[in-house]
Amino acid sequence: MSVRTPMTLATIEAEQGLRAALALAPEEVVATIKESGMKGRGGAGFPTGVKWGLAAEAPAPDGVRYVVCNADEGEPGTFKDRVLLSELPDLVFEGMTIGGYAIGSAHGICYLRGEYVYLLEDLEACLARRREAGLLGRDVLGSGFDFDIEIHLGSGAYVCGEETALIESLEGRRGEPRNRPPFPVVSGFHGAPTVVNNVETFAWAAAILARGADWFAHIGTDRSTGPKLLSVSGDVERPGVYEFPLGVSIREVVEAAGGGEAKAAIVGGAAGTCVPARDFDRAISYEDVSTGGAVIVVGPWRDLLEVAENLQWFFVNESCGQCTPCRVGNIKLLEGIRRLRAGELSRRELDDLVGLGHTMQIASKCGLGQAAPNVLLSIIEHYRAEVLGHIPVGAR
Amino acid sequence: MTMLPTEVVQDNADLIEAIDALVARYGNDRSALIPILQELRQQRRQISDVAMQVVANRLGITPVDVQGVVTFYHFLDTKPTGTHVIHLCRTISCAMAGMESIATRLENELGISFGETTPDGFFTLEWANCIGMCATAPAMLLNRQALPRVTPDEASELVARLRAECLAQRSGNGANGAAHGSAHGPADGNGAPDRTSGASGPPTGA
Amino acid sequence: MTTAPALGTPGMPGGPAVTDPTVTVTVDGHEVEVPVGATILEAAEKAGRRIPTLCHHPDLPDVGVCRICVVEVAGQRALQASCAYPITTPIEIRTYSRRVRQARQTIVDLMLAEHCGSCQTCGRNGNCELQDLAEEYGSDHFRFGHRTEPTRLFDTLGPSIRRDMNKCVHCLRCIRTCSELQGVGALGVIGRGDSTTMSPYLTLPISDVVCINCGQCINRCPTGALQEVDDTDDVWHAIEDPTKHVVIQTAPAPRAAMGEEFGLPPGTPVTWRLNSALHDIGFDKVFDTNFSADLTIIEEGTELLLRLYENLVLGDSSRPVPQFTSCSPGWVKFLEHHYPQLLPNMSSCKSPQQMFGALIKTWYAEREGIDPADVVSVSLMPCTAKKFESGRPEMTDSGHRDVDVALTTRELARMIREYGIHLPDLPERDFDDPFGTATGSGVIFGATGGVMEAALRTVVELVTGRKVEEIFDHADITPVRGFEETRYAEITLPDELGPVPAILDGKVPDWDWLKGATLKLAVVHGTANARKVLDDIVAGGRFSECHFIEFMACPGGCLGGGGQPIPTSVEIRKARAQAIYGEDAFYGETGRVRKSHENPAVLRLYEEFLTDGPCGHRSHHLLHTEYTPRGTYIATNGRGVGDGSNR
Ligand SMILES: Cc1cc2nc3c(=O)[nH]c(=O)nc-3n(C[C@H](O)[C@H](O)[C@H](O)COP(=O)(O)O)c2cc1C
Ligand code: SF4
Ligand code: SF4
Ligand code: SF4
Ligand code: SF4
Ligand code: FES
Ligand code: FES
Repeated sequence: MSVRTPMTLATIEAEQGLRAALALAPEEVVATIKESGMKGRGGAGFPTGVKWGLAAEAPAPDGVRYVVCNADEGEPGTFKDRVLLSELPDLVFEGMTIGGYAIGSAHGICYLRGEYVYLLEDLEACLARRREAGLLGRDVLGSGFDFDIEIHLGSGAYVCGEETALIESLEGRRGEPRNRPPFPVVSGFHGAPTVVNNVETFAWAAAILARGADWFAHIGTDRSTGPKLLSVSGDVERPGVYEFPLGVSIREVVEAAGGGEAKAAIVGGAAGTCVPARDFDRAISYEDVSTGGAVIVVGPWRDLLEVAENLQWFFVNESCGQCTPCRVGNIKLLEGIRRLRAGELSRRELDDLVGLGHTMQIASKCGLGQAAPNVLLSIIEHYRAEVLGHIPVGAR
Repeated sequence: MTMLPTEVVQDNADLIEAIDALVARYGNDRSALIPILQELRQQRRQISDVAMQVVANRLGITPVDVQGVVTFYHFLDTKPTGTHVIHLCRTISCAMAGMESIATRLENELGISFGETTPDGFFTLEWANCIGMCATAPAMLLNRQALPRVTPDEASELVARLRAECLAQRSGNGANGAAHGSAHGPADGNGAPDRTSGASGPPTGA
Repeated sequence: MTTAPALGTPGMPGGPAVTDPTVTVTVDGHEVEVPVGATILEAAEKAGRRIPTLCHHPDLPDVGVCRICVVEVAGQRALQASCAYPITTPIEIRTYSRRVRQARQTIVDLMLAEHCGSCQTCGRNGNCELQDLAEEYGSDHFRFGHRTEPTRLFDTLGPSIRRDMNKCVHCLRCIRTCSELQGVGALGVIGRGDSTTMSPYLTLPISDVVCINCGQCINRCPTGALQEVDDTDDVWHAIEDPTKHVVIQTAPAPRAAMGEEFGLPPGTPVTWRLNSALHDIGFDKVFDTNFSADLTIIEEGTELLLRLYENLVLGDSSRPVPQFTSCSPGWVKFLEHHYPQLLPNMSSCKSPQQMFGALIKTWYAEREGIDPADVVSVSLMPCTAKKFESGRPEMTDSGHRDVDVALTTRELARMIREYGIHLPDLPERDFDDPFGTATGSGVIFGATGGVMEAALRTVVELVTGRKVEEIFDHADITPVRGFEETRYAEITLPDELGPVPAILDGKVPDWDWLKGATLKLAVVHGTANARKVLDDIVAGGRFSECHFIEFMACPGGCLGGGGQPIPTSVEIRKARAQAIYGEDAFYGETGRVRKSHENPAVLRLYEEFLTDGPCGHRSHHLLHTEYTPRGTYIATNGRGVGDGSNR
């Protein structure tokens, strides 16, 4: 699936994972995923097997549970889910079906971001094909297990990728994140236990069932198992989706895509962090530089504060606006960056901005506000001299 | 829930009929709200004041609740949109790949700013945040179909062609005119990212 | 005679007792045991730790959006909003740390950055939660700037409510109040991110939408963003004009709460001291709204008996039962908007405020030989909806505007302070004649269940010819008292009934048809509860079999009105109720009249003026009214369309 690295997912044989899962008891499927060590591919990195186990055990008064595929892929610089959905939709749906079997759910929902509406027709056709083939619907592959999937379309709101906002949106509301606890695995869509996983997570789940937990667990590092799809863009010669084992160094990724002279990389998208070239030996993994898949390479001629301004504007525009730190904080960070670039910010005000960023990281209601200052703070940390250079001499 | 006033029902018969058809299709509980609004926006290029109130009435929620949802999502419009809607991505990878010059070109060609609709009703120009086409930046959505690697000149050509089509359609010359909201020109065959050409992503650059 | 609270009524005692499982948590090193599901905020309170809050309000479900209440939970990277964190497992909480302090400080600074308004010119100066937080967290400068130009909507068009969104801190209390507590849904969140506003549909003026002017949102707004329309200038001008005869009627609920504005604990009645204050300020006469409350009871009780007779005996349901009380103008507008089909059930009686207004400019002016055009009739009400009510076009039956200015408790408190008197220090003074003597029944109008109880006292005596005390201890009809969301009671009349009393002569032939009958009654407060009951009636449920239902728009009845002192909570409202029932009991103890139909001033009114009796011709003209089916459709005529978009 990439230029240089093998695309494992494309080699997984259809139905193999699903058949393997149905031959097991649901708890065994959960156990298999746990053994694989897979953590969620959407960014937060929660162990998928644990999540499925919690949802399977959570009391569901009328027996209803939901499996939700998070196809809201809105993180700037991320597009691997789109590619998966257009090239390997069967594998994604197969993973959802396996998830349904594992947690005892008959209802799958795929929340497709509104920007990908053009995929809808093909995805619906894929679902129809699968129903016809007995892979969805009543009595999947004669196993007695019922499961079907419907697609819900988003309408242009990045925050709806946050799982509780996604659920609010599914329920017909403004996509405003909920307080957690309770977590969706306990009380999600319509109050029922709900598993929300990333598109890629489901695809790998199908692969794990097909190839075995051991195969997956032996790829990557101890705490970050398996291969990972990375969306590489920015100042590189060969942007695209790459597959690497987790633990790969940033340098290897940047070089694979032809970004030799890079000054920095924004790993994890707008919500990620800015890694300067001197730190390119750091690993892409949950224990080091974590990412849902975005690597935006920044060429040597760029002003990093321009990058920061662009991303801060993104958060201002995408904040749901319900909580104070994020609603007001993002505006203040954006104003601060603009003033910094214009040479109007004093040293004390810069310190206040950093303090504001730290508060947003710990006091915002959801991951959006918590991650919104990340890139700016990492730029200020790693490019201190360059940043201080913007402060007028008298105000340092 | 109280009834709608008779004059509202009379004056908006076709709108109400359309909404009732959607309610019949998606149901009248709250989770049907967004699909109904999406479809309504698609059919009528706008979710009007009356439409919000009728939907609220049918779903047993308040109009301000419906407006709250409509104004939360970028793709649900209260104002009427043009025949063609352009969403230009303004996020980082596109910005690094020259989004600015496309934005300027579009504004100049159309004579409007972002967030506006041309007086002839042919075009609406909007910003989008990352549309997942970063590997083929700069990118935009034309009528919600992705267009990769747009150049300023292509943007001009696109506008010119779509405008000509709209004019032809309007003057009745374009018997099979195309102002039905789908993409044309460079978008042709690319309306949905083209899997074989690699234009929409990997294996990119291959 | 039996009374039977219905089973299954939420909050009724006697339901199954559940012992909740508990969990032990550590708060700043102290262990406390709390019920599973209790919030960190509640656990901290139990441990004697105060956590600052802003979006939290004891009357409302929590949303956890302001983030001022964040605390440390061991093992968690991010801070947690204590108001919205339900405890299910043993956790270790720290309510204070360097991170917590910095976060709270920063959040206050951000709120100040977003806020545009100056305290000196703000009606909430000195009673503002944002001010308190700024003080508490030592904000000494505007760290993140400060908006000096108002850029957001300031809606001053309504009769009751002013909304200045420049002072809004986005706590969502108003929205939760309007939709969840009141079931109205006039306000919502429009837009997204920084452009989010709390707004009526299409950012129209609040007076153009389904708002019932109850003012409950004002009572729960932590800042000056929502305030009552201030009419005090009009009153000052009238007082200062020597050609005007300025009278004021004071309702019982403000008198039970006014003390709070002067530092007295909730539940301190100041009725008699207030009379002195009003004279000092310059009102020519001070009357007791209880007078017209008694009048309302007689009119409304008569109407009820007539309706029952029409429906049960004559088979005429053009005025259907259950009869709904009509003294709460917020409730009236609620019904006009949301259930116009049930308007025939609404009693045609005007509210006590408006009955009094009509009489002041007719009977009183005539008696005193004053040109009604020179009378300025002011009322002291707990209620912002009274402002709207007094301006309704149909409220001019006296030939003038029946009530010129309806002041809220808060406005009058401002006038008293402005005049420079300290209410608690004043001597006591009686009400003025000719309306002076009121009854305890009028007093309890101020509490939920009060109208019902007052009406029952009168109806039972009129029908049985016996003293109500023989039937209920001290004439306290407790089944209808309380704060449950809805109360349902049945009263079975004895088989022996008295003769038709003189006051009802000619209206019904006898009481035979009521012998042994069971009257089914309900009491409802808060329009969200009203909605449940009305839906039940529409669906032909239990409440459709009622004969008489008291509805009050505000939680707790008038004592929880939208013009009452801020803050409010169940405890505060209960304390005010005690003051009200205390005043009623005081009437009993001091040998004063507690039943409306014994009020001598009222009896004199029927003798001298309303000579064709309750619900007679003249009373119909002056004391009864009609309603307007409004519906919920908002006619916008193209205004506002497209406003508030997210771009
Ligand atoms: C603002 C925000 C946006 C998010 N967007 C996405 C997204 O587009 N896709 C996704 O899979 N997860 C997204 N997440 C993470 C989800 O909340 C959730 O953790 C994830 O879907 C879980 O799936 P996983 O465990 O398979 O990664 C987002 C989180 C936040 C805070
Ligand atoms: S952090 Fe931002 S996006 Fe998340 S709840 Fe708060 S305002 Fe909304
Ligand atoms: S709302 Fe509070 S802080 Fe704002 S001006 Fe009024 S008193 Fe001052
Ligand atoms: S006054 Fe009452 S009805 Fe009007 S907005 Fe406030 S709470 Fe809602
Ligand atoms: S108007 Fe008042 S109650 Fe409503 S959100 Fe703003 S500050 Fe809170
Ligand atoms: S940044 Fe434009 S498509 Fe991703
Ligand atoms: S008081 Fe807890 S978040 Fe506002």
